[in-house]
Amino acid sequence: MIAEFGLAALWLAAALAALQLVAGGLSLTSKGAGFAAVVRPVAIVQGVLALLAFVTLVYLFCVTDLSVKLVATNSHSAKPLLYKFAGAWGNHEGSMLLWVTVMGLAGSVVGLVERRLPEPTMLATLAGQAFVSLGFYAFLLLSSNPFERISPVPVEGNGLNPLLQDPGLAFHPPTLYIGYVGLSVAFSFAIGALLTNQVGPVFARAMRPWVLGAWIFLTLGITAGSYWAYYELGWGGWWFWDPVENASLMPWLAATALLHSVSVLASRNALRAWTVMLGVVAFSMSMLGTFLVRSGILTSVHAFAVDPERGSFILGLLTLYIGGALTLFAVRASSVTEGQRFALISREGALVINNVLLTCTLGVVLIGTLYPLLAEAFGAQVSVGPPYFNPMAAVFVLPMLVVMAVGPLLRWRRDGLMRVRAMVALPALLGLAVLVWAAAQGGAGVLPSLGLALGLALALASLLPLRGRNLRRTPLNIWGMVLAHFGIAVALIGAASDSAFTQERLVALAPGGKTNAGPWTLTLRRISPVAGPNWTALEADLFASYNGAAAVEIKPQARSFWTPPMQTSESALITRWNGQLYAVLGDEAEGGRWQLRIWWKPFVPLIWYGGVLVALGGVLALLGRVAADLRRILARGKITYRRERMGR
Amino acid sequence: MMEPPRKRRWWVFWVPLVLFVLFVQLVAWQLRHPAERNVVSAMIGKPLPSFTLRPAIPDRPGLAQTDYTSGKPRLLNVFASWCVPCAAEAPQLARLKALGANIDGVAIRDRQADVTRFLARYGNPFERIGADDVSAVQLALGSSGVPETFVIDGKGVIRYQHIGEIRAEHVPLLLDKLKEAGL
Repeated sequence: MIAEFGLAALWLAAALAALQLVAGGLSLTSKGAGFAAVVRPVAIVQGVLALLAFVTLVYLFCVTDLSVKLVATNSHSAKPLLYKFAGAWGNHEGSMLLWVTVMGLAGSVVGLVERRLPEPTMLATLAGQAFVSLGFYAFLLLSSNPFERISPVPVEGNGLNPLLQDPGLAFHPPTLYIGYVGLSVAFSFAIGALLTNQVGPVFARAMRPWVLGAWIFLTLGITAGSYWAYYELGWGGWWFWDPVENASLMPWLAATALLHSVSVLASRNALRAWTVMLGVVAFSMSMLGTFLVRSGILTSVHAFAVDPERGSFILGLLTLYIGGALTLFAVRASSVTEGQRFALISREGALVINNVLLTCTLGVVLIGTLYPLLAEAFGAQVSVGPPYFNPMAAVFVLPMLVVMAVGPLLRWRRDGLMRVRAMVALPALLGLAVLVWAAAQGGAGVLPSLGLALGLALALASLLPLRGRNLRRTPLNIWGMVLAHFGIAVALIGAASDSAFTQERLVALAPGGKTNAGPWTLTLRRISPVAGPNWTALEADLFASYNGAAAVEIKPQARSFWTPPMQTSESALITRWNGQLYAVLGDEAEGGRWQLRIWWKPFVPLIWYGGVLVALGGVLALLGRVAADLRRILARGKITYRRERMGR
Repeated sequence: MMEPPRKRRWWVFWVPLVLFVLFVQLVAWQLRHPAERNVVSAMIGKPLPSFTLRPAIPDRPGLAQTDYTSGKPRLLNVFASWCVPCAAEAPQLARLKALGANIDGVAIRDRQADVTRFLARYGNPFERIGADDVSAVQLALGSSGVPETFVIDGKGVIRYQHIGEIRAEHVPLLLDKLKEAGL
């Protein structure tokens, strides 16, 4: 009964999305103005119904209702509750349901609170949102029904991929998803503005919180995903240029560019067509990522259920939405009037350069990700990895970091580099000093040395916009920018330090044996079997001592899950302020010895601290914007209240 | 602003759409032609490399390249007792044998006791079984996994390679290949 309730809610939500599209579309015509009143309430209820369907699915997973096919194939009664809960979206159908739920809820919020946009643009936006949702509802209901029953009811479920049974991963996919789908709102705004020819500062201000919100979630999702890959896969790396990682990075790059261009549009009324284009591109990258991951067209460590039919369906949606939006853009963009002009050396100029560089980086990642497909079409099998991505991305990212250091110090419209020369001298000197030091040390490699120098210079430069300001009166969005830029610098320092200074040791030790990695001395005490709720493992008992200090016990494991049968390695970490010790237990070698892989990674956690700082910066900026909007709404409310009283 | 509007090149706005259409063409083509993930042997059409393998079990002779010059085509099955799909294809090998195929085996990285137990359990369709302890012959054949089945013609030339387990629907295909090779 409960599964059918969820299915009914889903069908109703789909029907409302259809109504929202039709009513929204008609309300834009001269005769259909009467439909306008329907659109907002329908959008709100649609979101609530989608949420109901999603909550139903989560409930079915929590109680392990094995008569539902999706639960039976992806869950198991012996699984810890957290993973039963997270299992609801750890599969294709559930994640698509999460997708429409987030889209529906975003539509609800737009319908509830958005009052700044001209009403026709608003209606076109909600119609656009419904149009996108409708495709995903169709996908869910016609080819991936999450509430499908199974008969006979199996005695036990198949379990969840053990790699996914990790607290970090329980929340990594939904975080990314909220980011992906949040960009759909920016997409709808762009479509609405194009349709009604209202590309301007008002549109930019309405779109900005959504872009910021989506960007915060994407940042957190990528940071969490990177940390998960780092400690769960047991390879000691934190970014692999895997197609699925790229699929999450590309929307982030587009959203970052959009975030900056939308600010230019909001405050200076420039970059109109460009901002609309980025709005389309950002969501296109989300859909493209979903397509690449779900269709299995690219091979990746993220082996999702691969299904050509689903791939075709998503490709169909992709063609419809992106193709449609790009056609609309091509037809309409030439009628979008040019915005304000500005000089090259100005805040706008720096933001444009930053946009161009971000877009080029996006291009590099996109080409690298798709190149294997292109090569395969011509009969060659290639895989594209770090030797391509690292230098090619660096070509654009390194200058971008320089612009990032200088840009926020420039004035709007027109400025001279001479004016900021004194301010950037100190960071530049610091960077040079680090570079000279790294070259003198030797062995650090060109890119890591450059990264380290730029990272430290940028960390200092990113604080400069606060100079000469009254800190207590500095708007939250300035704090947000400073924190986000500082976070980028911190992450960069971590990444550069990891590639420059990591020490790796691969040894085979018998119990009692000793080894060292960097400043650490490790002693293998014993190897013993341990059992968990749905796994057994061999556990190494290691004593690790930092520079002869008191030993800390760590226990890396090699786990065997039985539902489904699979081996994973649980790395053990010791985090110090100046780095991380990373230990992985390998196979048994001859003579009762065990393979151990030990890394000492100086300052590596800065990568993820940096990511969190960037996201926090986004949160501050969002709070600043929303607070300003609220104040404006309240002020307007007061005025109307006074007017009404005076009127009486 | 005050400046006169610049004339824009209208076609610039169509570039993203054109790129997107190209992308869709590419992936649509890819979806219709799923990539070949198997490693096809470069040895097809070439004579067998020369090899001699000791017997894997006492009651069947070992295998050598010289066994393939009798004038009759034969199947060469690369298998292992530790390989689950090899057990799954056993009924098909038995059917091929019943339909007149001569089949030899190469046991990869295996132990005599394990092979004996495997054949006792799933049946023994092989006339000769060579033990390939370090995958030397397997690699020389251009095989990258187990199970794989090769069609060798009467002159010792590798005519066809079947990658993965033989399922019921593959039996007629293998028989056709044997006939082409002169059975």
